Parts: sequence; structure tokens; C-alpha cells
Amino acid sequence: MSVVPKVRLDRVTKSFGDAPVLVGVSLDVAVGEVVTFIGASGSGKTTLLRCINLLEPIDDGAILLDGDEISRVGRDPNPVRRRIGIVFQAFNLFPHMTVRRNVTLALTEVLGAPRDEAEGRALELLGRFALADRADAYPDRLSGGQQQRVAIVRALAMRPEVLLLDEVTSALDPALVGEVLDVVRELKGSGITMLIATHEMGFAREISDRVCHLDGGAIVESGPPAAIFGDARDERTRRFLGRSLAR
Amino acid sequence: MTGGARARERLDHERRARRRSAAVATASTAAVLAAVVLVVPRLPRWARVRASFFDGERFADSLPRLLSAFLLDVRIFLWCTPVIFGLGLLVAVARGSRAPALFPLRALVVAYVDVMRGVPVILSIYLVGFGVPGLGLERPWNSPLLWGSVALCLTYGAYVGEVFRAGIEGVHEGQRAAARSLGLSSGQTMRFVVLPQAVRRVVPALMNDLVSLQKDVALVSLIGPIEILRQAGIDKSKFANFTPYVAAAAIFLCVTIPLTRLTDWLLARERRRTTGTAVR
Repeated sequence: MSVVPKVRLDRVTKSFGDAPVLVGVSLDVAVGEVVTFIGASGSGKTTLLRCINLLEPIDDGAILLDGDEISRVGRDPNPVRRRIGIVFQAFNLFPHMTVRRNVTLALTEVLGAPRDEAEGRALELLGRFALADRADAYPDRLSGGQQQRVAIVRALAMRPEVLLLDEVTSALDPALVGEVLDVVRELKGSGITMLIATHEMGFAREISDRVCHLDGGAIVESGPPAAIFGDARDERTRRFLGRSLAR
Repeated sequence: MTGGARARERLDHERRARRRSAAVATASTAAVLAAVVLVVPRLPRWARVRASFFDGERFADSLPRLLSAFLLDVRIFLWCTPVIFGLGLLVAVARGSRAPALFPLRALVVAYVDVMRGVPVILSIYLVGFGVPGLGLERPWNSPLLWGSVALCLTYGAYVGEVFRAGIEGVHEGQRAAARSLGLSSGQTMRFVVLPQAVRRVVPALMNDLVSLQKDVALVSLIGPIEILRQAGIDKSKFANFTPYVAAAAIFLCVTIPLTRLTDWLLARERRRTTGTAVR
């Protein structure tokens, strides 16, 4: 391998108590690549993304960012988290802050950006995703789709090199899914590397450079979307897709 | 639409039900009042009780003295409150800390909370208020007023600390995860994300503790300072009449009842707010 992958997962293993959640996940993700994880609930998608962001410590294996091991025990996670953003299924906006402050908080407190510079960046991003008029609203005044777009903006404001999207449309009304997916579509090709956990099969097929099927905490099959959705070789993947697409 | 037949029927029904319950409430209140007004004066010792507890002249005589003594209660209350909130916040944050190096601090805080919550306020005032000046401290450091206040702060700091802790634990884990994922340190997460939400949530419970504190301030009188309870005792002995105690109680009620109402109102608002967002 001559080019260093943006993210390398090397036999990542994790259990909660006695329950194994990830059993040796290995994967190389190139710069700017969009990788989608599909799989049943409980297959380990969310845990995998949380491990990459160092929100969950791993039990064995290694996670590398630009060839640098970020999962090393005792390493300060904060500089790593500045480079890897995550968006959660439940948005997790700060309810006591306006949209604008949700976006600027980490800019001013973590990066030490001056207030007006942070505000400028927040307004620019909010404008880009049609949220400028909601800048001074509190999150509970926003629709689910708007909240999730704000959460994406909040992560993007830190100019992360990698963005993790954890089932970002699962908590939304079907009518609001589209506006959030549009945001993700727009991000593809901007050079940002994305790892996406999703139940939206059509979206996974359309946006991914590569699709990985997680089952029982392991990647049982991966490949370009056409190969996975058109001609899956693994029996478990075929069964999973049969169930998902039948719905 | 509100114009439907069912809607009109329901409105009528509700109006009837309201009228019925208003009638019941009026009748029962009248019955109780009548019983009090008619029965109590017929009790054999009523005249004597009225003379020794409800003497209008003595009430008016001692009221100004009691009011000025009450200012000391208010002062104790006012300087204890910020100390208690600061102490409570420290206790809550220390108990919630996870760093192994802070284990001794956590253990100390747990012991402190257990002890202060387990001892009656009055005992803690006696022990601290008489005990510490007994170490032979010089003026002004031997003042019972000072150490009585310290005892109140220690006791209520433990109560308020537990309230804050409940508030901190009530903040959803996702909030912490979101803050940490943006690169905020655990201290910054506490300060910007967890504490502001926790404090908002526990305001009504804190108000409850403040109402209790407002009353318990009077216990400081037991180790010397002349505040309202002690002044009432002095007047009672002078007049050989209990009316000053009734006057003191009335003064307390003037403060605690509005505080209690405010607390209820805040509680109701908080409940509306949280259930409102939960249902949506």
C-alpha cells in the first residue's frame, strides 16, 4: 500500500460486558471516499462510528488517522475529535443555546476563534444549508430535519477531515429525510471523507463509493454499491438486502 | 372545529361539572369556618388562650422590635445563600468526577454529605456554633453568628449538592457525547453544556430548600444572636404573654408563603415545558 489511507481500521474489537459488538473489523478508507455501513440493528454500525470518534474505547486492534494511531491508550482524544466530526441519530443539539451558539461553541472554546470570526463562519454555513433565518431560534422551535441539518453544520464548522454520520435520518419523518440527505449529497465531492451508517438503502446505493455489510460485529461483505446491491455474493448480505428492500 | 354538536355538548358538560364542584367547595368551606367560629369560642379556656396568644395591644407593641430583629434573619439568609449554592455546586461536581486521582476528594465529599444530611440542623448549629469558638479563637472569629451561619451553610450545602447532582445526572448522555465529539474537554462540557441544563432543571427544588433555609435561620438564635425568635422570647417573658410568638410566626409567613407560591409556579411551568417537549 503506497498511499496512506485517511482512516484505517485494523482488527477493531469491542464488547459491552460479555456481549461482543465488534469482532475484528478491518477497513481502509481513502481520502475523500464515502463508505456506507449497512446492516441490521445491533450489527455494530453505531458502535463502530463511536469508536472512530473515540467516544468508545476499543478493546483490541487499532484505529489510524493518516497513519497515526489515534486509539492508543492514554492519548488525548480532543485534538483527534477536532479532525473527526460526528452527527448523531438523535441530533443532540444543545437545547439551551440558539442555533448560532450551537455552531460557534466549539469554534470559540476549542479552537479559540474570535467571536465575530466564529459567527461569520456559522452564518456562512447556515446560509449554505438554507438555515440562515433560524440562526437565533432555539432547537425546540425547529423541525427534525432542520435540527439535523444544524447538527451537520455544527460538525462541519470545525472543518473536520472525516465526517461520521450515524443513522442521521432514522429519527425523522419520512417527509423530512430528503432535506437531510440533500445536505450529505452536497458534501460528497468536497474532499471530506465520510463514513455513514444508514438504513436508507437507496441512498446508500446512490452516494457510496463503497458499501460494507456489517453482521454480528464483522464486515461480511464490502464492495462498490452496484456489486453489493446487484450481485451480493455473501448469503447473509443477500438475506439482509432481501428483507430491507422488501419493506 | 369548535362549532360541532359534540363540542357544544362537551362544553356544557364541563360547565355543569365546574359549577357543581364550586358549590361543593363553597359549602364545605362555609361548614368548616362556621365550626371554627362557633365552636372554638365555646371551649372552656378560649378566653384565656385568646388573652395570652392574641393580644392586639401587645402584638402592636412588639411588632416593630420583631421586624428589626427579623432583619438579622434576612441578613443571615442573604449571606448564606450564595455560599450554599457555591458549596452545593462543588459537592455535585466533585461527586460526579471520574478521575482516579480525585478519589480522596470524592470520598471526603460523600462522607461530608452523609454526615450533614444525617444530623439535625439544630445539632449541627450547637456543635459548630459552640465547638469552633471553643478552640479559643480571638474576636471577631469567635462570633456565634459567624459559626451558626457556617453550620447552616454546611448542612444546606449538602442538601443543595444532592439536588445539583440529580440535575447533572438528569442531563442526557447524548449531550455529553455531542460536546466531547466537538473536542470540548470534560471541564468545558460540564461548564457549557451540562451545568446550564442541570441548574435550569433543578430551580424549583432549590427554591424548596431556600424556603426551608429561611425558616431554619431562626435556629441560630439558640446559640446567642438576637434575631426574631429570640426577640420574641424576650418580649414573651417581659409581657408574660405568648402574643409575640404569634407575631413572629406572622412575619415568617409573610416571606415564606410568597416564596412557596413562586416555587409551585416554577414547578408547574417546568412540568409544562418538559412534558410539552416530550410529547411533541
